Amino acid sequence: MGLVLLIVIWLITLLSTYFFLAKTWWLPVQASAIAPAIDQHFVTTFILMGVVFVAAQVALGYLVWRYRDSGSSSQKVVYSHGNTKLEVIWTTLTAVLFIGLNLMSGSIWASERFRPAANNAVQVEVTGMQFTWYFRYPGPDGKFGATKPELEDASAGGEGALGLDTKDPASKDDVVTGVMVVPVNREIEVILRAHDVIHSFFVPAMRFKQDAVPGLAIHMHFTPTQTGDFEIACAELCGLGHYKMHGIVRVVSPEEFDKWLVAREAEKQ
Amino acid sequence: MSTQEAVSRKAHAYAAPQGFIRKYIFSLDHKIIGLQYFFLALAAVTVGMFLSLLMRIHLIWPDAALPLIGEIKPEAYLSLLTMHGTIMVFFVLTTAPQGGFGNYFLPIQIGAPDMAFPVLNMLSFWTTFLGFLVMVAAFFVQGGAPLHGWTGYAPLSAVQSTGPGEGLGADLWVISIAIFCIGALMGALNFITTTLDMRAKGMSLMRMPLTCWAWFITAILGLLAFGVLLSGGILLLLDRNIGTSFYVPLITVNGQLTGHKGGSPLLWQHLFWFFGHPEVYIAILPAMGLASQLLSVFSRKPIFGYKAMVYAMLSIGFFGFMVWGHHMFMSGMSPYTAFAFSLMTMAIGVPSAIKTFNWLGTLMHGKIRFHSPMLFAIGFVSLFVSGGISGPFLAQPVLDIQLHDTYFVPAHFHLIMGVASIFGIFAATYYWFPKMFGRMMNESMARWHFWFSLVGTYAIFMPMHYLGMAGHPRRYSQLTEVAYLHGLLPLQKFITYAAFITIAAQLIFIFNLFWSMKYGAKAADNPWEATTLEWTTATPPPHDNFGGRTPVVHNGPYEYNVPGAARDFVMQTDPESVAAH
Repeated sequence: MGLVLLIVIWLITLLSTYFFLAKTWWLPVQASAIAPAIDQHFVTTFILMGVVFVAAQVALGYLVWRYRDSGSSSQKVVYSHGNTKLEVIWTTLTAVLFIGLNLMSGSIWASERFRPAANNAVQVEVTGMQFTWYFRYPGPDGKFGATKPELEDASAGGEGALGLDTKDPASKDDVVTGVMVVPVNREIEVILRAHDVIHSFFVPAMRFKQDAVPGLAIHMHFTPTQTGDFEIACAELCGLGHYKMHGIVRVVSPEEFDKWLVAREAEKQ
Repeated sequence: MSTQEAVSRKAHAYAAPQGFIRKYIFSLDHKIIGLQYFFLALAAVTVGMFLSLLMRIHLIWPDAALPLIGEIKPEAYLSLLTMHGTIMVFFVLTTAPQGGFGNYFLPIQIGAPDMAFPVLNMLSFWTTFLGFLVMVAAFFVQGGAPLHGWTGYAPLSAVQSTGPGEGLGADLWVISIAIFCIGALMGALNFITTTLDMRAKGMSLMRMPLTCWAWFITAILGLLAFGVLLSGGILLLLDRNIGTSFYVPLITVNGQLTGHKGGSPLLWQHLFWFFGHPEVYIAILPAMGLASQLLSVFSRKPIFGYKAMVYAMLSIGFFGFMVWGHHMFMSGMSPYTAFAFSLMTMAIGVPSAIKTFNWLGTLMHGKIRFHSPMLFAIGFVSLFVSGGISGPFLAQPVLDIQLHDTYFVPAHFHLIMGVASIFGIFAATYYWFPKMFGRMMNESMARWHFWFSLVGTYAIFMPMHYLGMAGHPRRYSQLTEVAYLHGLLPLQKFITYAAFITIAAQLIFIFNLFWSMKYGAKAADNPWEATTLEWTTATPPPHDNFGGRTPVVHNGPYEYNVPGAARDFVMQTDPESVAAH
């Protein structure tokens, strides 16, 4: 029985580790400036925790086999209540390992969440509602127009769904879209809002996730580094259509972006 | 012994109840109440497991029409996951280890004739039972069961128009949890008082089996956590029904104003997780205590570092109240607080690692007997490591950016809080069944059950880590809409097949349980040659636990292979103390 346990535990360990190491399923493409740093820290954590995982499982399998009751009376059990010195050693080691890992990642978190977006960042307001995302650009005046809850008309889509107050002069040039178009290699400032329940704006390729909370306007930023279409998936349970609340971040060259924005603004006039 | 205690001991010894109802239904006997909790948890786990089976079927065959049930709609899938999570967390993982085995064995292991407050004990069970009925009723009302998940995030859970199931079904869900909290609070008071006041002569705190320490610490966590959830739940009911706005700011649902304004959705998350994180330890501490117990018994060796084990559990309990914010790194909470919560969470890994080291240290130089309780205890250690190792990933806000609310999270908590705890419950069942029912469980069936469960749970939950890393969000009822999920479908299929096999294997356990009650081999008083007090009394124990005797304790709980002793174990009650050898 000891041997079977050893084989099963070792096999489970081997198979689990294999699929991680082979990267059969792995993190998505890195399409934002912060992605490599986050992934690097993921890999560091993965290696350290992987060593602990394999060591503990291998030891468990070995010990249950090595110290199985062989039925022989000569097999002696060591009568011991433990070893304080060993306890102190492994307590210290794990404390250093865990707390050290935590401190290592502090600067990445700080650059993502403590620092506000740069002044020249492209502003996009992202609004989640059951079960769509809308994206609003402030237009040439650089100001978002007022929105009013009583003006919201979900079935109208676009500006109507956001409840844009057309009487506000700042709203005249606001552009509302269903696809988030952004220029590559520029910082994007995201202003996250939600109308009804909590949604979560998750763009795996950008290593970007933040809940959109009704009543709050959460300012975040990211810098896309690759052009192309990247999927947005809602990551916070928001009701029956949660699974289909997806969208696209379309990263284009700065020229294309300017052209696209001017064309949208022209449509408004 | 205090006078009060002497009176209760005496009163109990002469008051064996007559009549079926007093004896088995509204019983004051902690052993019967323990069994009632156990069977309630068994019923609940059967329901919870069936719901997960439906979820797995729906995920890979979304259009399948099932017999009797028909097609599962997206909202029905969300109801299934809500009810699966709620039933498993409250009525299985909280109910079986503490209410079931704790109730039955805490008094016996500390040498008491019963719990400190038998009437309160009875009330706490029937309250919990009522809670379960109300929970299940949510399936059968207009609109069906709620779809807001077991975490019930507001405003989804706080406003009736946010979706089907958010009407009466969601009210019943909140009421059921509130009722459960009341029952749990009564139980917690009872456990704490019993441990502090009812220990037999010689049973100092540091001679208590680690199981008793685990139940004691779990009770303290319960006392502090369930009160908060109860209050939070009442506020949620008010928001839902009388138009208060604790959790709801000015929102529109489908373009319609709801009449709420000024509340904070994050308030609910803080209150919920202030309960919710300690709840994880409420579920797993008893299993930790039990694993320690069994590894020592079946390795025929004292536990490695008894005091370190006690202090580790105490510090897990203590830190458990300071880490709730790690569930909220992406919630919009101040990013500065994430630092503090993250540091505390990483710190909690230290006592967990100490426990693992000590379990391995207990096995080393032992003489291991592979009875079924031991197999599950070894399985527990393996799962505890596997589930624990993903903790430091999720504890770091930077990695949470990718992993939060993906399948990585269910992978983590199912392994550690779900399956590891369930392995603790299985181990406890196989270990104490002889004492509870006077017969042994069938060992071959138990082994098959173990192998299928161990390999099966790994096959289900290990691949979920891969899904999470690839960015697969949780709680998606269909995988058809988001394009990058299509490539992950083969993994989802594999998980469903593994779930079929693992769930089928649980039928072996249920069959074995009932079959052995009637046909199992007669059990001796101490079939495992263990040292703690429950093995000094008759099988099953008499009404007053020790048949008029009052045990006197001379030794610690883990005296195996004491040099010079006559047998390879020294009972806690053996008057010839270990020191003499």
